[in-house]
Amino acid sequence: MKIVVLVKHVPDAQFDRHLTGPGNTTDRDESILSELDEYALEAALQLSEARGGAKAGNEVIALSMGPAGAVNAVKKSLQIGASSGAHLSDDALAGSDAAATSLALAAAIRYLGADSPVDLVLTGMASTDGETSLVPAQLAERLGLPQVTFASSLEVNGERVVARRDGDAHADTVEATLPALVSVTDQINEPRYPNFKGILAAKKKKITALTLADIGVDAAHVGAAGSLTAVETAEARPPRTAGTIITDEGDAGIKLVEFLAAQKLL
Amino acid sequence: MAKALVFIDNPGATLKKSSLELLTIARSLGEAVVAFNGELHDDVAAALGAQGASALYRPSATDLDDYLVAPKAAYLAAAVAASGARTVLLENTADGKEIAARLGVKLNAGVITDVVGVDADGTAHKSVLAGSYTTTAKARTAVAVLTVKPNSVDVEAPAAASTPEAVTIDIPADATANAARVTGRAEKPASGRPELTEARIVVAGGRGVDGDFGPLEELADALGGALGASRAATDAGWIGHDYQVGQTGKTVSPQLYISAGISGAIQQKAGMQTSKVIVAINKDAESPIFEIADFGIIGDLFKVVPQATEEIKKRKG
Repeated sequence: MKIVVLVKHVPDAQFDRHLTGPGNTTDRDESILSELDEYALEAALQLSEARGGAKAGNEVIALSMGPAGAVNAVKKSLQIGASSGAHLSDDALAGSDAAATSLALAAAIRYLGADSPVDLVLTGMASTDGETSLVPAQLAERLGLPQVTFASSLEVNGERVVARRDGDAHADTVEATLPALVSVTDQINEPRYPNFKGILAAKKKKITALTLADIGVDAAHVGAAGSLTAVETAEARPPRTAGTIITDEGDAGIKLVEFLAAQKLL
Repeated sequence: MAKALVFIDNPGATLKKSSLELLTIARSLGEAVVAFNGELHDDVAAALGAQGASALYRPSATDLDDYLVAPKAAYLAAAVAASGARTVLLENTADGKEIAARLGVKLNAGVITDVVGVDADGTAHKSVLAGSYTTTAKARTAVAVLTVKPNSVDVEAPAAASTPEAVTIDIPADATANAARVTGRAEKPASGRPELTEARIVVAGGRGVDGDFGPLEELADALGGALGASRAATDAGWIGHDYQVGQTGKTVSPQLYISAGISGAIQQKAGMQTSKVIVAINKDAESPIFEIADFGIIGDLFKVVPQATEEIKKRKG
């Protein structure tokens, strides 16, 4: 089975995150592998291992699009267990919105499937920076693949993909046949950490560097110029400040209600 | 006048508040038209006329719910073509965002999610990076696709009612060709409380509730609010994942958020820090939640919460 997992290098949410520059793009210093993509990688590794792993010809390719630093998301994925990596990087990609990102990633996935077809594209439920959840659905649309998204469980039996998708009012069972695109939620598994052996092994794994020319995408269709939306203004919200803090002396419940009444919230 | 198309998926027996909000935005952008999927009750059809919808599009197929997302995007693409709409408005749910995503590719239209306000010129307002920035964004394309969060506008009645023209949209033959099929559906029991993302008041519990959401449920009910939880509580299996507020759960922005027994890690804050008023109750004075609380109580939630519930009931008589 050949699986492509999308991994994104995102600003670490533990620190303050910023929008910068004329296009109000995300400042990518202090970035890490998106936490939500670790679930997709784990799902891919489990599917591969259940079929005998790399020895049996299964492939898990970690694909990232982003500036030079984004290769670190690929390297981390290799340490965790992906069999090889691909890093799509090109100055013309800067400022891409979801439409431009999905266009470039679709072309990169086709490129990776040129020698042998990709059976499954796996992604997280959203990136932890943009948080739009648009890219998986747009990739499915562009690649003409069945879309099995927000999967909280996933089974692949032969060509048959079966997933559970939880909504607010109902939980659905969703089925499709391979090749397919699947996005997974943080409910699907418990991602593993890289171990020492994995970190050493990763150094020998191949990372393919890709440019727009390699994947046959016109620079005019991606980046800020090719994006279909523009962020026109960005304003930092003033940080919340702490208000009144009291220690319960037996009447804090009453004081709470008095506070709510004063705020006209009752 | 430019048309704005509102998608209403399975309108049900009465028009939901979120649909009325989308219709209010549509009218502020021009002429409101509606594309729905599923059964249309007479009362709802009448309500859509009262809301000023000038056209009512229905799909030629009745099996769109049997597939995930894809054929609904194909339907809307055809409805946009038939209506000439310049803006498409959808709910900001998982389905809504994904239908918008595919529609954007089909129409080569810019998609903006998590919208909390739309100006008359189509500029969309949103809050990003866990509420740390407010941004304005605009589609650069002939058609704009926006998914709008609940409670973004006050519902307004239109100046005049209309008699909408009924139009059936042919679903393209290949709309279901590569679509994943929904083969099972388990309805979840309704709680009787307001929907978490739409509620004016949210009462949420975390690790500190230690498996017992009872006191928080009583407080939520006394306030007419929704119940929420941190990931620690949902991961422990004390409450369903649907209740999770935070980066990987729901983002809420209520008038009042009461946080009980939640430390307030960044992932939790991401889901609630745009709430108007935040109240925190926690035994640990060092909890980061106190840094953003308007009113904080260092104390035992099992003492404070029932006392507050009792006092609210007393005041409300």
